[in-house]
Amino acid sequence: MKVLNKRNILTLIIIVAIYALVQVLITTKVISSFYEITIATICINIILAVSLNLVTGFTGQFSLGHAGFMSIGAYAGALVNMSMKSTTGFLIGIILGAIVAAIVGIIIGIPTLRLKGDYLAIATLGMAEIIRVVFLNMEITNGAAGLNGIPRFTNWLWLYVFTVLTLILISNFVKSSQGRACISIREDEIAAESMGINTTRYKVMAFALGAFFAGIAGALYSSYFYFINPTMFGFQKSIDILVIVVFGGLGSMTGSVIAAVLLAVITTLLQSLSSLRMIIYALLLIVIMLFRPQGLLGTKEITDMFKFGKKYERVE
Amino acid sequence: MLTCFIATKGGATLDQFLQQIVNGVSLGSIYALVALGYTMVYGIIKLINFAHGDVYMVGAYVGFAVTTYLGLGFIPALIISMVTCAVLGMSIEKIAYKPLRNSTRIAVLITAIGVSLLLEYTMMYFVGPEVRSYPKLLSPKVFKFGNIIINMQQIYIVLTTIVLMIILQYVVNKTKVGKAMRAVSADKDAAQLMGIKVDNTISFTFAIGSALAGAGGVLVGIYYNSIDPLMGMMPGLKAFVAAVFGGIGSIPGAMIGGLSIGMLETLVSGYGNSMYRDAAVFAFLILILILKPSGLLGKNTKEKV
Repeated sequence: MKVLNKRNILTLIIIVAIYALVQVLITTKVISSFYEITIATICINIILAVSLNLVTGFTGQFSLGHAGFMSIGAYAGALVNMSMKSTTGFLIGIILGAIVAAIVGIIIGIPTLRLKGDYLAIATLGMAEIIRVVFLNMEITNGAAGLNGIPRFTNWLWLYVFTVLTLILISNFVKSSQGRACISIREDEIAAESMGINTTRYKVMAFALGAFFAGIAGALYSSYFYFINPTMFGFQKSIDILVIVVFGGLGSMTGSVIAAVLLAVITTLLQSLSSLRMIIYALLLIVIMLFRPQGLLGTKEITDMFKFGKKYERVE
Repeated sequence: MLTCFIATKGGATLDQFLQQIVNGVSLGSIYALVALGYTMVYGIIKLINFAHGDVYMVGAYVGFAVTTYLGLGFIPALIISMVTCAVLGMSIEKIAYKPLRNSTRIAVLITAIGVSLLLEYTMMYFVGPEVRSYPKLLSPKVFKFGNIIINMQQIYIVLTTIVLMIILQYVVNKTKVGKAMRAVSADKDAAQLMGIKVDNTISFTFAIGSALAGAGGVLVGIYYNSIDPLMGMMPGLKAFVAAVFGGIGSIPGAMIGGLSIGMLETLVSGYGNSMYRDAAVFAFLILILILKPSGLLGKNTKEKV
């Protein structure tokens, strides 16, 4: 298949068009700085949700510790960025954060991924708590007070570039033979194993990849919001990410994107009702799960509904 | 003189150790009460009931309300709190979990998280986010055994826990409902075919589990002297760790697990750094899961194709 086929060119045009549109809206002040924060949140949440979806939705490994990897990226990115106050430093910070998060993902993944279902969920939760406590007690991370005055290099361009890169890389991974192996583990681990798939290897691979992108999101986050502390990356954050993934549909990347946008919009709209905000959020969560337990899109992608160019069969 | 010095120092460390054990047992009893609810619910419908920690928080607040505003004593407060929590637990099950009985586990889990957030923030909306100090219900009497100090609260906590556990053991092992509970957790479909009302049994399990959490809430209010709407989160997770450690689904396992986690926590705070207390509990959990995933008293289940 040629790289420059009709489908890819169309996708490229859409990607550039969305970038240009939002950039114009920001420069002409149609989108105020208040809503810019919402956009940043959306982009960071998309990266987090899509990377968690790779682990939980596509590979079927239930992780409750995604915020732990995000915090590693955030701290690594912030520390590099504070000592090298330039765009190069910012990019090095992001890459370093992602790599460290992926390495920690591998180290944690090898023993814990032997566990299944709820046990894995609790083990990953525990590991994220341990990461948080370590940051709380380390000298270099300034303990509970956290890091302050991180230079802001994250802007719409970088947010968009990294979000699009994450989406393209993960969707290509899912369509690759490794990705297919991951899906087969979700569908039936024993059957996959008997077909000769090294399940541990692919589980750890998906976990490390998920951690890598969570690290990127963390580094973007720290550079956008100037300030990080360990409390930001607690159990609640992991839950927030998981909620986006489940709301959009486990195993649906476009679902995660739509859910990230919708939830960020809902949170922004509810901002004025400060005290009732969380109550409404919780009720919404329960109601969505009661009436649509498979999430908005289930395992389907939105692109399945409008197929451009050549038809292809999706493996469900 | 040197030997004399060492001897006194040795005595002091032993005393200190025993003191930590005493503290650990009283804290662990509370964890055990909460862990029982987790383990019973997990045993019967395979759900990590994340809202359980918040039921415990509601129990603490009910205890606070009836003692502060109605001026009731310890025992009536404990009973009212347990009844309220039992009703709350049953309603949560009926409204939020029952419609999802046949959907995926993760959907139910997210619902449980939703219920947990709902309880926390509804409570915060009504009583405010501030920390409240619990009324002094028990006499501040302190018993000294050598250098070890045991206060009245610790005695009450341990005694209440023992009494409740004896009642629980009786209900589960000797009564008809208990038999039904055990049958449903062993095989839901077979139990239904034998004429057991599965729905009622599940409701009953939630009621018992939540009542124990309510009791735990009142006891923790007395022990730490302060309550707040988010107090249920961390102890809830730790109680779950206790349930996993003891072997999920096993009632004696939850008791042993609760006591072990309580002691681990107080020993880490006493000898190491109290900042690492939570990390120690979770590190211990991961270790247990890797070495013996079924827990201390859990049954090994074979993988079936």
